[in-house]
Amino acid sequence: MAKSSDQNKAFGWAANDKSGVLSPFHFSRRENGDDDVTVKILFCGVCHSDLHTIKNDWGFSHYPIIPGHEIVGIATKVGKNVTKFKEGDRVGVGVIIGSCQSCESCNQDLENYCPQLVYTYNSRSSDGTRNQGGYSDKIVVDQRFVLSFPDGLPSDSGAPLLCAGITVYSPMKYYGMTEEKGKHLGVSGLGGLGHIAVKIGKAFGLKVTVISRSSDKESEAIDRLGADSFLVTTDSQKMKDSFGTMDFVLDTVSAEHSLLPLFSLLKVNGKLVALGLPEKPLELPIFPLVLGRKMVGGSQIGGMKETQEMLDFCAKHNIVADIELIKMSDINSAMDRLAKSDVRYRFVIDVANSINSA
Amino acid sequence: MGKEAFGLAAKNNSGVLSPFHFSRRETGEKDVRFKVLFCGICHSDLHMIKNEWGISTYPLVPGHEIVGVVTEVGSKVTRFKTGDKVGVGCLVGSCGSCDSCTEGLENYCPKSIQTYGFKYYDDTITYGGYSDNMVCDEGFIIRMPDNLPLDAAAPLLCAGITVYSPLKYHGLDKPGMHIGVVGLGGLGHVAVKFAKAMSLKVTVISTSDSKRDEAINRLGADAFVVSRDQKQIKDAMRTLDGIINTVSATHSLLPLLGLLKPKGKLVMVGAPEKPLELPVMPLIFERKMVMGSMIGGIKETQEMVDMAGKHNITADIELISADYVNTAMERLEKADVRYRFVIDVANTLKPTP
Repeated sequence: MAKSSDQNKAFGWAANDKSGVLSPFHFSRRENGDDDVTVKILFCGVCHSDLHTIKNDWGFSHYPIIPGHEIVGIATKVGKNVTKFKEGDRVGVGVIIGSCQSCESCNQDLENYCPQLVYTYNSRSSDGTRNQGGYSDKIVVDQRFVLSFPDGLPSDSGAPLLCAGITVYSPMKYYGMTEEKGKHLGVSGLGGLGHIAVKIGKAFGLKVTVISRSSDKESEAIDRLGADSFLVTTDSQKMKDSFGTMDFVLDTVSAEHSLLPLFSLLKVNGKLVALGLPEKPLELPIFPLVLGRKMVGGSQIGGMKETQEMLDFCAKHNIVADIELIKMSDINSAMDRLAKSDVRYRFVIDVANSINSA
Repeated sequence: MGKEAFGLAAKNNSGVLSPFHFSRRETGEKDVRFKVLFCGICHSDLHMIKNEWGISTYPLVPGHEIVGVVTEVGSKVTRFKTGDKVGVGCLVGSCGSCDSCTEGLENYCPKSIQTYGFKYYDDTITYGGYSDNMVCDEGFIIRMPDNLPLDAAAPLLCAGITVYSPLKYHGLDKPGMHIGVVGLGGLGHVAVKFAKAMSLKVTVISTSDSKRDEAINRLGADAFVVSRDQKQIKDAMRTLDGIINTVSATHSLLPLLGLLKPKGKLVMVGAPEKPLELPVMPLIFERKMVMGSMIGGIKETQEMVDMAGKHNITADIELISADYVNTAMERLEKADVRYRFVIDVANTLKPTP
């Protein structure tokens, strides 16, 4: 365990069991090592994964857990080997804080696919420390996993890009969605991931259709987010009219749902990318894949180089998340609302102004 | 009025095949007519004669792995002449103008016309290769290489292209790559042969150990994994660049996804009727993909057959007489064939009075 001293003391809000209720929690961070950057946390986005983890929905939670992996803050200390950052820099920390640095994935700047990947929270580093996330006053991270937050990108509404942003940006590039303007992208689910996918899709010159269970978000999607059209999955005529019209579909929905209608929307050679993490396996109808040479793939966040590229892209195109800023003490009611998808479209905790050491 | 033809047809969904006199159109200006020498029995034929996919109309003359010798060509035919050895696979027509057709992918044309059981441009129903003669548009005729025995080459026209197309399209054809073949039947055994000819390392994945010796010593596979053996699966985890999955029964995708390296591709060429369970985590955490593929375009089919000619690739067949066909179908249902029945049409399909 890291040696505890006044310098290392930290304070956050943690869940202690699968009720998922978060409450004040004192702990310590490691000493700032030669390769480390200590970050005073200004803002932290509330990702749906935080909710899944604190409730142990995926079955691999180890309590106590301080969640939070959409962290923006200021570097307050840098180790002597740190070259990319200096004190006072605005920086970001996303979903990963460690990897093996020697496997094929790491060598290709794809740390996110390293088999020894270390997540920002609910994980253990090789020295045995349990890692705690960004619902806390500070974090100490190896410089390789710290991102430079571009000027012009606001810290609060930019924070969700560190998970939601890269989660949609990476597959859009990898699966060839950004190679040609005018291609048609369907975005299934209009939440944290979905709304950013619409913005990034439009910035890449794609035609974007939002696919949703209800028409509630239609005018939002079109008038505010800039989607070209909106498709309600329960409207069977409109769905039929849209069959075979999309080059790609990004499926951000993590609730149980059928993939069949999404496959029907794809053209021949169309690609469905699953980003949501459902608790149970989904049903995969094989005939549509075979008859139309379609595919389903997945993607997980992105590598560090790509995440930086995404932040720079978003700064250039003024893409930020639509957020609801909350105080740390409101986190439990925010989580209740998130469970009901009652947020447009990301909660962000105003950490620096509302986390106080009791 | 058309020309007389004789074949074997299913008259109802019992699937029993019996003699059937019918007529084929006259040889049109773009048509090639040929005497059928051999026709492979594809598992799809069995599904169709029993109407398992719900699209069959009777009487149904199956057969889409057809080879023979040209007897007549239409006045506008340029690429074939009488005496040429030719074949016809699963398609006899397409719209010619959609994106898929323009890219040489007639198999994905929404108006593609299959070799049997589909409505042709002249409103007649197409009849397949369990018959004495075939007539087909020049654009869907495949030239068979001189050096390949026609009986053993016939199954290439469906089984061959079905496995060749995804190996090429998904970039799984680079020497040194390691692919898995799930299921060692009509499709699977041909997949092993093509993959070896492409200098790939091949692991056969099967539910039982019984075909291990065959796979390795006769077909040339490099390794064999029994999918129900946890240890064998574990030892092979994360080793495969891609998998060609020929199995059409319901089965679990999870162990197969585990065998793929990160970014690996699981290609479904068998089509289970019911949806399978898709574990999403391997796709998300390891960027793996599941894709489908269905036969191939005509240009691609010709390319595949030419490659087979160059590397002497043919199917392993059991040549049968026409009157054995119903027994063959019963055995096929139990996967009791190494690995394709082929009907010796010219020698054994004789018109009954």
